[in-house]
Amino acid sequence: MSNLMTGANILVECLLREGVDCLFGYPGGVTLPFYDVLYDAKVKHYLVRHEENACFAAQGYARSTGKVGVCCATSGPGATNLVTGLVDALLDSIPIVAITGQVSSKLIGSDAFQEADTFGITRACTKHNFLVKSAAELPRAIHEAFYIAASGRPGPVLVDIPKDVFLGNAHYEPVGTIHLPGYKFSTEGHAGQIRRAVEMMWEAQRPLVYAGGGVISAGASGSLRELVEALDAPAVCTLMGLGGLPSSHPNFISMPGMHGSYAANMAMTHTDLIIALGARFDDRVTGRLDAFAPHARVIHVDIDPVEIGKNRAADLPIVGNLGPVLEKMNTVLAELAPSHKARRAADRQAWKGKIASWAAEHPLSPSVSDTEIKPQHLVREIDRLSGGDAIVCSDVGQHQMWGAQFLRFNRPRLWLSSGGLGSMGFGLPSAIGAQVANPGRLVFALVGDGGFQMSIPELATVANHRLPIKIVVMNNGYLGMVRQWQELFYNNRLSAVALEGFPDAAMLAGAYGFPGRTVEDPGEIGQALDEAVRHPGPYLLNVKVSPFECVYPMVPAGAAIDEMVLGPPKAAAV
Amino acid sequence: MLQTISLLVENKPGALMRVTGVLSARGWNIDSLTVARTLDAAQSRMTIVVDIEPVLRRQVIKQMNKLINVLQASDLTESLAVRREMALVRVRATAENRAGILRDAEIYGARVVDATADGFGLECTGPVEKVEEFIDAMKTFGDIDVTRSGIVAVSMESRKLRLAPPIEAATGVNGAGQRPSC
Repeated sequence: MSNLMTGANILVECLLREGVDCLFGYPGGVTLPFYDVLYDAKVKHYLVRHEENACFAAQGYARSTGKVGVCCATSGPGATNLVTGLVDALLDSIPIVAITGQVSSKLIGSDAFQEADTFGITRACTKHNFLVKSAAELPRAIHEAFYIAASGRPGPVLVDIPKDVFLGNAHYEPVGTIHLPGYKFSTEGHAGQIRRAVEMMWEAQRPLVYAGGGVISAGASGSLRELVEALDAPAVCTLMGLGGLPSSHPNFISMPGMHGSYAANMAMTHTDLIIALGARFDDRVTGRLDAFAPHARVIHVDIDPVEIGKNRAADLPIVGNLGPVLEKMNTVLAELAPSHKARRAADRQAWKGKIASWAAEHPLSPSVSDTEIKPQHLVREIDRLSGGDAIVCSDVGQHQMWGAQFLRFNRPRLWLSSGGLGSMGFGLPSAIGAQVANPGRLVFALVGDGGFQMSIPELATVANHRLPIKIVVMNNGYLGMVRQWQELFYNNRLSAVALEGFPDAAMLAGAYGFPGRTVEDPGEIGQALDEAVRHPGPYLLNVKVSPFECVYPMVPAGAAIDEMVLGPPKAAAV
Repeated sequence: MLQTISLLVENKPGALMRVTGVLSARGWNIDSLTVARTLDAAQSRMTIVVDIEPVLRRQVIKQMNKLINVLQASDLTESLAVRREMALVRVRATAENRAGILRDAEIYGARVVDATADGFGLECTGPVEKVEEFIDAMKTFGDIDVTRSGIVAVSMESRKLRLAPPIEAATGVNGAGQRPSC
């Protein structure tokens, strides 16, 4: 038996079957039939103030939970506004499904009002996309979209639905099976390769685990920890991998790369075996590729074969899901441990000692001053309140790098940051999604004054739903990271980076009906953050930090990662 | 150096765009592309000839294989394969050169597919080099119009086609009840 339903009703039925209980969106002309069904459906809709933020909020939901986030926009401008968020999710492998309305089938291609070729535009912005041509095709498209988004290497999927498909009738039958013959991904990993990898691990004198976002999307952080401990190998986590290993773990060094710590980059340079787990040797990690890790052999585990050998050749590639692969690795590690562990103990002590001495030589030292709030000081204060347990959604720029350097994360899915695309304006809307998905948890939006001003409209969404997000603006009055590059590489010619005209935070938040405050005295920052966190609702804290601080260490573009600039150039003698 | 890539794809709207997108995203120009249904009407076979930097060739094939609509992408550049092309040539004929055109056509094994008082339509099939030589030969008879098919290729090695099996719908990570309540 099947029943006759409209496309809009079928869509909602499919969303419910996928376990969707909320979505982030913005209605419009062609999605009216869908919104009419949503009016009394058991799916809660969060009205954002710009479609790009719907996409970021869906990502905040997905990144903080591992479930598929859903966003929705109308045709034309609604759909094109999603584009940045879709590419952002594509580069960071975040599972989201975007539903867009399209003009009626008969009008497609006629330059109709609010028409854009969404299917064509988003081809390169998504893992896959669909243009649904009849209500009968909807269930298959929706279930395939969720399956593709969440499985294999996760990513964004878009379903474009013309208005007449929402309105058309079809006999609805639940989809029993999904068959995508061309969608192949291996999960298990080759057993022989796994054994050889473990043998290489025991052979190595100076192994280094290099863990990326893949560890987090595979839910494999427990196995990662087991491997690190069994091998007693030091580990670095990429920007996307932070929290994959608890920051407090004795084997954890820090983030490597352009703004990684001295110890992490020296370890990368001197290791004789990189164990790359769900990481992609991004240019921000490797610096100059031909000088990267010159002594290392490479074991590279990734679910996506395209990543293997893309930037750095792998001596031992394993294609598979890190969950089962790490489990098997740990079994073989334990099996081979008796004949190796004791033999390797001295090597490990020497290697860890070397890393400790690098860390002591040039630690990531938080800069503190009596007269002004140093940005690192602010991040350390947030860390004090978080204790490694709060969700921190960052924007993009200097504050993001200081956050990655100084915040601790006790577990995965706490550090939500636009890693690959580096989309400014990500912080606040992703915090909305994260807070919606984690109602009881402390959520910080740690943003710069640049990115924050890209997402200010969402203060209304925060206020509407009384989402108790603590918005902390690290306000240096500049587009800090661009200013830093102008200072260091463009003779300090500060072109178009001064952000004058930042609004009064108390008045701005007050206009939306919640408290806000500006602090600039280093003696007040701790107490101001305490107050923000104690407040039961949303809070906007504008922190004026020293404007000319640069993020160090820094690997200049085109340099090898051991050629770090460790601090500001010494002032010329007067 | 020109590479020959053979793809078996699902016969669906947008499949061609996804495949060519892998190439156009890098600013590469396609030398030739053919696509047509296979014995199974739900599948199409594409042959693409494109100039790819050798170090990136494997990467590009992997990126194509990653596309949901691509069932198999293979590099035929250095493997045992037959590559053929067809050209349709319209050549104007005069009373004096008609016999010469037909003689040259015969040398290249080209067939006359249309003949009028004004000239001939000729069909030449074969390896690219032969087709190009034929076109050059026809040019000596005056202005010609040429439409080339682009290369079609078939691998003479047996390639195992690995496809994903069906899975149960809506039981995966999104299962109802597993999500936090909003």
